Amino acid sequence: MLLRLEPRGEASRAMIWLTPVLSILLTLTFGAILFAALGFDPLRALAAYFIRPVSTLYGLGELALKATPLAMIGVGLALGFRANVWNIGAEGQFTMGAICGGGVALIFHDTEGFWVLPLMALAGIAGGMAYGAIPALLRTRFNANEILTSLMLTYVATLFLSYLVHGPWRDPKGLNFPETRMFNASAQLPGLLDGTRFNLGAIVALLVVAAGWLLLARGFIGYQIKVVGQAPKAAAFAGFDQNRIVWFSFLVGGGLAGLAGLIEVAGAIGQLHPRISPGYGFTAIIVAFLGRLHPVGILAAALMIALSYLGGEAAQIEMRLPLAITGVFQGVLLFFLLGTDVLIRYRVRFGRPATSRGG
Amino acid sequence: MDAPGAPAVARLELKGISKSFPGVKANEAVDLILMQGAIHALLGENGAGKSTLVKIVYGVMRADAGEILWNGQAVDIGSPAAARRLGIGLVFQHFSLFESLTVAENIALGMDEKIPMRTLTQRIGEVSARYGLSLDPGRHVHSLSMGERQRVEIVRCLLQNPSLLIMDEPTSVLTPQEADRLFTTLRRLAAEGCTILYISHKLEEIRALCSRATVMRGGRVVADCDPRAQSANSLAETMIGSAMAAPVRADAAEPGARRLAVAGLSLPADDPFGVALQDISFDVRAGEIVGIAGVAGNGQIELLKALSGERRLENGSRAILLDSKPVGDLGPRERRLRGLAFLPEERLGRGAVPEMSLAENSILGGYRCDGLIEGGLIHPDVARRFASDIIDGYRVVARGPQAQAKSLSGGNLQKYMIGREILQRPGVLLAAHPTWGVDAGAAAAIHRALIELARSGSAVLVVSEDLDELFAISDRLAVINRGRLSEARPTREMTVEQAGLLMGGVTGAKEPSGRGRAGHVA
Repeated sequence: MLLRLEPRGEASRAMIWLTPVLSILLTLTFGAILFAALGFDPLRALAAYFIRPVSTLYGLGELALKATPLAMIGVGLALGFRANVWNIGAEGQFTMGAICGGGVALIFHDTEGFWVLPLMALAGIAGGMAYGAIPALLRTRFNANEILTSLMLTYVATLFLSYLVHGPWRDPKGLNFPETRMFNASAQLPGLLDGTRFNLGAIVALLVVAAGWLLLARGFIGYQIKVVGQAPKAAAFAGFDQNRIVWFSFLVGGGLAGLAGLIEVAGAIGQLHPRISPGYGFTAIIVAFLGRLHPVGILAAALMIALSYLGGEAAQIEMRLPLAITGVFQGVLLFFLLGTDVLIRYRVRFGRPATSRGG
Repeated sequence: MDAPGAPAVARLELKGISKSFPGVKANEAVDLILMQGAIHALLGENGAGKSTLVKIVYGVMRADAGEILWNGQAVDIGSPAAARRLGIGLVFQHFSLFESLTVAENIALGMDEKIPMRTLTQRIGEVSARYGLSLDPGRHVHSLSMGERQRVEIVRCLLQNPSLLIMDEPTSVLTPQEADRLFTTLRRLAAEGCTILYISHKLEEIRALCSRATVMRGGRVVADCDPRAQSANSLAETMIGSAMAAPVRADAAEPGARRLAVAGLSLPADDPFGVALQDISFDVRAGEIVGIAGVAGNGQIELLKALSGERRLENGSRAILLDSKPVGDLGPRERRLRGLAFLPEERLGRGAVPEMSLAENSILGGYRCDGLIEGGLIHPDVARRFASDIIDGYRVVARGPQAQAKSLSGGNLQKYMIGREILQRPGVLLAAHPTWGVDAGAAAAIHRALIELARSGSAVLVVSEDLDELFAISDRLAVINRGRLSEARPTREMTVEQAGLLMGGVTGAKEPSGRGRAGHVA
């Protein structure tokens, strides 16, 4: 074999920061070849992808809007993933948060008040937490695999939302469309920048990232999470209760997903309808890992993924790139981002290994 | 070619073998000559380079420089299979056997060529009869004692007719009686012309068994001698490079209050290959060290889990009293808060998180210390200071508090963990195999630390497989065998032979063909 991977003794610090750069360069190169082969001008296509979306203030607002739920959910999930608690059901917790928070908005649709929004936020958090509590209970009481339970509960949540907006919560003046009435002004997040959809949610997301960082870097519970994840036997030795960590992960992860759901419906959308999420809960899993389960990394990854979505749309509109091609390109980006990770632990060597002769 | 005038061609000759790893010279210009039919000891502390040398001879690693001569011919040993084809056999210290398979199946898996099972069973029978290695090919490995498991590994090697057999720390898991039987087998093999390379740091054993000894230190050969002409002390000094300080055991003060008391503790096994604890009773008083001896796998793990709180007792919390208060139903955290400290036998992954720094690892066992955690937040500077205190106080060789736990050698990590527990002044310390795999210098330091802790009024329980260690440091000694614990008696009234018999109990010292153990009821 001419090319082989050799394990490094210790993970390379430099590579942890270099691989994202490397992967972006590889993606650009590969993307240019892909677009050229399909007969599009590669430079224009790449510009449409990466530069056009963020060249206007409005575009930046959209970027923040899309990155907000990804970062919030991603930070919550990362806490669990660090402890080997696999909450795959953030999409469901997001939906439940949106339902509960949105429900509060609908109850008070004819009441104005500064307290409506905080109450909605609490309801959204509580909804996500309660929905996260189900897999936590099943795992700690019956040892049921949380990957399966949390994933399956997602479909229950989205169908429940669908039932609500098709039935009891349907807007009476909504021409039978499956959606609720628009929330009133005091139940919507205030915009922070004229001419954009940038709202308070982005600030909340930044606070969540900061809190997540503090918890993991300095918090005793964050320490326990890391020990449970890296060395479960050491956690047992120290007397860190694994079940408590499972509960904590699901409650925090669910609560943040629920809050993200509430922010989405109270901010960008302003009502409930069956497609409030383009898969934020699932994409956030990728975001969490791209960000190396580190809150600051997750923020960067959320922005990156949000940009690739916006860029995909822009390229479709501007260059008439087929939808499938934008999907392929996003796949390539992820492939290189995750694939180059191997360089952190391995180095590439050319030539034959020295030890496999003989015999 | 061999040097002219040599009396005979050596079976194996190593010339100037060197091997470096990043930052370490594991072997430096090592010369070794093994004659036909000799039992040759390779002696050295942990990290002296013995394992690296063996891996090079067995084809697991390749030397950076040097030459290997096999019966006078230069050879290139590229893989273990190549080594076996030459006639080199290796019995590892830790067995690589599948517990749920039979003896014959395990042996078949380890053979390079395919042999029909019936022929193989027959050959296993022949070999084990010839060398007094009683073994029933049809038995499942999980029902075998450690000594019997070792026989499986030896028979597996012997089936390939080796002319060089390498034994890596073979007696570390055996009772003294089992070890004696092993020596008989080895002597018979040597008499038939098989060369044996015997790796150990147990000096008495080497003096009894070997005719030649090569001593390594820091990757180099420092002596080549006849161990029978040396005293154990002089061998130890060559090995360590300085005089060895024997643990000074001040006469036990009057034992004080009962700090740990266990009465009638019974616990069913929690996995199919586990051991049930049956009616265990003992106590440890302030100021004394109580030792629990036993061959691995006789309930030590289960007992320690019950004592540390990693396995709670569902009923009968009074079976374990800590300072006269029942703690049987409490978890490890609550027991720690009441002054229990625990030193587990697995250092990496249990007693320390490998990827974390020493400062972070100080929190693992030390979170109840003052000022370390306030309002749910860790004070990194306090953790760092705690870690430096341990590093200084217990002479841990490490880059500093920020060094990753996995970057430390076993002995240094063990000293670090002991320091972490002792600096918190525990009322009761449970120590599992405190010097397992630790070099002699570190072991002496650990023994001193344990004795000092006891003399300062703590109660110390040491569970170990090393009888020498237990006789050296414990005031009273009990033996665990198949989940039952013998009465703890003053160590000075016991002999190694008595302890060995108790350890062997029904299992170890059993004579030919091990069938008929099915009758044991948990």
